[in-house]
Amino acid sequence: MTGGPQTRLLDERIDSYATHQISGFPVRPGRPLPFGAARVQGGVNFSVYSTHATGVTLVLFQRGEGQPMAELPFPPSFRIGGVYAMTVFGLDPEAIEYAYRIDGPFDPAAGHRFDPHKVLLDPYARLMYGRESWGTASRYPDSAPYRAGIAYDDFDWEGDRPLCLPSRDLIIYEAHVRGFTRHPSSGVRHPGTYAGLVEKIPYLRDLGINCIELMPVFEFDELDNPRRDSVHGQHLYNYWGYNTLAFFAPKAGYAATGLHGMQVDEFKNMVKQLHRAGIEVVLDVVFNHSAEGDERGPTLSFRGLDNCTYYMLTPDGRYYNFSGTGNTLNCNHPVVRGFILDCLRYWAAEFHIDGFRFDLAAILGRSPDGTVLPNPPVIEQLAHDPVLRDCKLIAEAWDAVGLYQVGHFPDYRRWSEWNGRYREGVRRFLKSDMGITGELAMRMSGSADLYRTRGPAASVNFITSHDGFTLRDLVSYNEKHNDANGEGNLDGDYSNYSWNCGVEGPADDPVVRALRDRQVRNAFLILLTSWGIPMLVAGDEVGRSQLGNNNAYCHDGELSWLDWNLVRENSDLFRFVRCAIAFRLAHPALRQIKHHDAEDLPERWFPAVSWHGTMAWEPDWASHNRLVAAMFYAFDGTSHDCVYVAANSYWEELDVELPRLPADAAWRQFADTSAMPPLDVHEPGREPMLTGQSHASVAPRSALALVAGHVRSSNTFHPEERELWPSMPRCG
Amino acid sequence: MAFNATLRVSEETATVRLVGELDVSSAPRFNDLIAEAAGYKLSRLVMLADELTYMSSAGLRCLVFAHQKMPPGVEIMFLGAQPDVAETIKLTGFDRSIVLQEASER
Repeated sequence: MTGGPQTRLLDERIDSYATHQISGFPVRPGRPLPFGAARVQGGVNFSVYSTHATGVTLVLFQRGEGQPMAELPFPPSFRIGGVYAMTVFGLDPEAIEYAYRIDGPFDPAAGHRFDPHKVLLDPYARLMYGRESWGTASRYPDSAPYRAGIAYDDFDWEGDRPLCLPSRDLIIYEAHVRGFTRHPSSGVRHPGTYAGLVEKIPYLRDLGINCIELMPVFEFDELDNPRRDSVHGQHLYNYWGYNTLAFFAPKAGYAATGLHGMQVDEFKNMVKQLHRAGIEVVLDVVFNHSAEGDERGPTLSFRGLDNCTYYMLTPDGRYYNFSGTGNTLNCNHPVVRGFILDCLRYWAAEFHIDGFRFDLAAILGRSPDGTVLPNPPVIEQLAHDPVLRDCKLIAEAWDAVGLYQVGHFPDYRRWSEWNGRYREGVRRFLKSDMGITGELAMRMSGSADLYRTRGPAASVNFITSHDGFTLRDLVSYNEKHNDANGEGNLDGDYSNYSWNCGVEGPADDPVVRALRDRQVRNAFLILLTSWGIPMLVAGDEVGRSQLGNNNAYCHDGELSWLDWNLVRENSDLFRFVRCAIAFRLAHPALRQIKHHDAEDLPERWFPAVSWHGTMAWEPDWASHNRLVAAMFYAFDGTSHDCVYVAANSYWEELDVELPRLPADAAWRQFADTSAMPPLDVHEPGREPMLTGQSHASVAPRSALALVAGHVRSSNTFHPEERELWPSMPRCG
Repeated sequence: MAFNATLRVSEETATVRLVGELDVSSAPRFNDLIAEAAGYKLSRLVMLADELTYMSSAGLRCLVFAHQKMPPGVEIMFLGAQPDVAETIKLTGFDRSIVLQEASER
C-alpha cells in the first residue's frame, strides 16, 4: 500500500476528541493501560491505580511552578476496576508537571493511610521534577515536593542492541555515576554525569572490563538524610541512592541536561556509547523498599496511593522492616509484581539495559506476611519474562534481618548471585587465617558446593563492593572508621576480615606499603583467575581509599569520588589489573560453563581443575597450611589452555613442584605479585618462559600465575602461540 | 521567544533559517519545512541556527526527522549553533545525524 490519504486516515483515531470539560480542560475517559502518562493523539493519557481510594484527582502544574494550575477530579465513569484513567487534550507535554491527590480512609490498623492533603508522585513517572540539580534544595513547597513529567520514548538508537555477552565472559565494574567523574581531576566537561561517564569510556576499554554495573540511577533524593557529619559538621547526603522515589525515571541530577528535562536522552546515549565500546550496562535496582520509610516517614507516593497493596504490613498495620530502612515493598502482591515487571521491561526495552542486580533480593522471596516462599512468584516471573529473557539477573541474596540465601536463592536456572561466601573466603585467606585453604579452593573453582547444578557463572565473585572497605582499605585497616557518618562509628559492618599489614591507616614504612601493594595484587589475581563472574569496584584498580570508612553511603565528596590522579600515581597497579583482566579473557580455562569436566576426550592433558601443594598433585588441606595451588585446564578439541595459580598466605617463601606438562609445552610466567613492577605481571601472550620448569618459588604472602605455552628457548613472544588462547566468544 | 523558520532552496541546497525557541509547539512548523525541502532534488540541507536560542527534546527530534526525511547522500549541516544549543545536541547524542558546527567555529 502506498502512502497518502489512506495512510493518513489510519493515523487518525476516531476518539481523539473531548467528551467532558473538567476544571476548564477538555478531557475524555482515558485508557487504563499503560499506567503512567503517555502521549496520545491530541493530548496526554493519565492512568493510575488505587483499589482502596474513594477519589482520585489529577493535579497539573506549569513546569517549575509551586502551586497547581489545575486539579481535575476523575469522574466515576473514568474508573475501570481500580484504575483511574483520563485523557487531557491540549496539554504541552514539555511544559507541564503532574501528580495525584488521592482520597480514602485513614485507618492505619486496616492498612490505609490516605491523605488528600498530600500531592503524590506517580509510581510510573518517566521523568521526575524536584531534584533536577544534584544537591540543590527543591524550589517546590513541601506540599508537592516531587512531580512527574512526560518523557519521549523515541530515540535514535542507530541499530544498537543489548550485547548479550555470555555470562561466563563478563567482568563487572561497579560504579557510582556521580562518584566516577565528579572529582575535579576527572578532566571531563560535565563531571558527575552520564555524559561524563561517556567521556571515560576509553579508560574502561583500556582497563578491559566489559560490563558496568551502575549503583542506583532511579530517581532518589540525595538530600533526605537528616544526619550531619559529627567530625566536620557538614550536611550528610544519601549519596548512594538506595532510596528510590521514581522507579521508571533516570536520575536527572546525574544528567548534564537534567535542568532541561533531557535525562532520558542523555542516559540512552550513554548506553548506546557503552554498547558501542563492547560494554554491557547492568543496573543496581532497589525493589525491597522505597524512600517513604516507616510510619514516621513522608507520604510521597505508594503510601498515599494504596498503602496496604504496596507495603508488607503487620497484622496491626505497621510496617515490616526486612530492609532495615523502615518499610518493605510487598513484592509478591500481584499488583506490585506487575509494577516490578513493568519497570524492568521498560528499562530493558526502552533503555537497552543488559541486566539488573537486585538489592536485598531475598526480600523478593517473601510473601506479604513476610514468610519465605518456596516458589516466589515475582522471582519466577522475572526469570521467565519474554522481554527480560536475555537480561542478566543478579541477586544480592540476603536481606537485613538475617535471611541469607547465597547458594539457595530460587534461581529458575536464570539468576546469578553475589557470592558473599566468596568475599569472606578470599578475605580470610588473604589475612592468613588458618583452616581456610579448602574454602578458598571451593570458591576459586566456582563454588560447586553452592552452584553445582547451575554452573560457575551463577557466582558473581567479589572481594569488595560499594558496601564495605575498598580493596586498599581492606589491607590498610583492621577496624572500620565511620566517625564521619554521624552515628558514633556504630554503623557499618563489623565483620570485615581485613588486615592492616601492621599499621592502622596510612603508613610511611616502605615494608608495610610494599606488603599492601602485594596483598592488593594477590586479591586481584585470585579474583580474576577464579571461575565465576568477577566484579571489581571502580577505583580499586588504582588503589582508592575511603580512609577506613566502610559505609560511605552519605558522603558526596573526596571520600567517595574517584580521584583520577591515582591513575597516574598507581599506574603500576592499573597495569597489573589491566593485564589480569586481559589474561582472564584470553583463557577459556578460567571461564568454564560447568563445574564438572567437559567431554572426556583422550587428548585432554588434565582435568578442568586440579589441586596441588608444595608437591604437584598433592594438595594439603590441613588447617595449618596456607598454600592453595590450582591448575585450570580447557580443551576444545584443538586447543589446550592451561593456567596454574599458586597463592601463598604464609609468611615464608614456599617452593612448589609444578605439574609436568607434555613435551611440547612449557610453563611461562604471567604474574608474580612479589616481583617489583614491571616484572609483577606480563602482557598476556608475552609471558617469559620459566627458567626452571619443575619447580617455582612462591614468595611470602604472594601469588603466582603461570600459563602453559609452547616450548621456546627465548622469552620472546611468538604470534603463532596465540593459537593456544582462543579469543573471547560473543553471542549474536 | 517566538519561533520562526524559513526555507530557501537554491540549486541543490535547501537552507532553513531557525529563529527563537524550537520546542514541542514549534517543532511541527520545522518538520513541515523539512518535508517540503525533501520534495526537491538536494545534495545539501543547511540549517542556520545562529538565532536559535533554545532547543527542547522535541526540537532535538527534528534533527533525526530531517535525517530520516532526506534521501541518502544528502549532507545535513547545522551551522552556527549557540554553545548551549550545541552542547545539548552533543550530550544527548543527537549530533550523529548531522554535521554540527558551533558559532565559535565559524
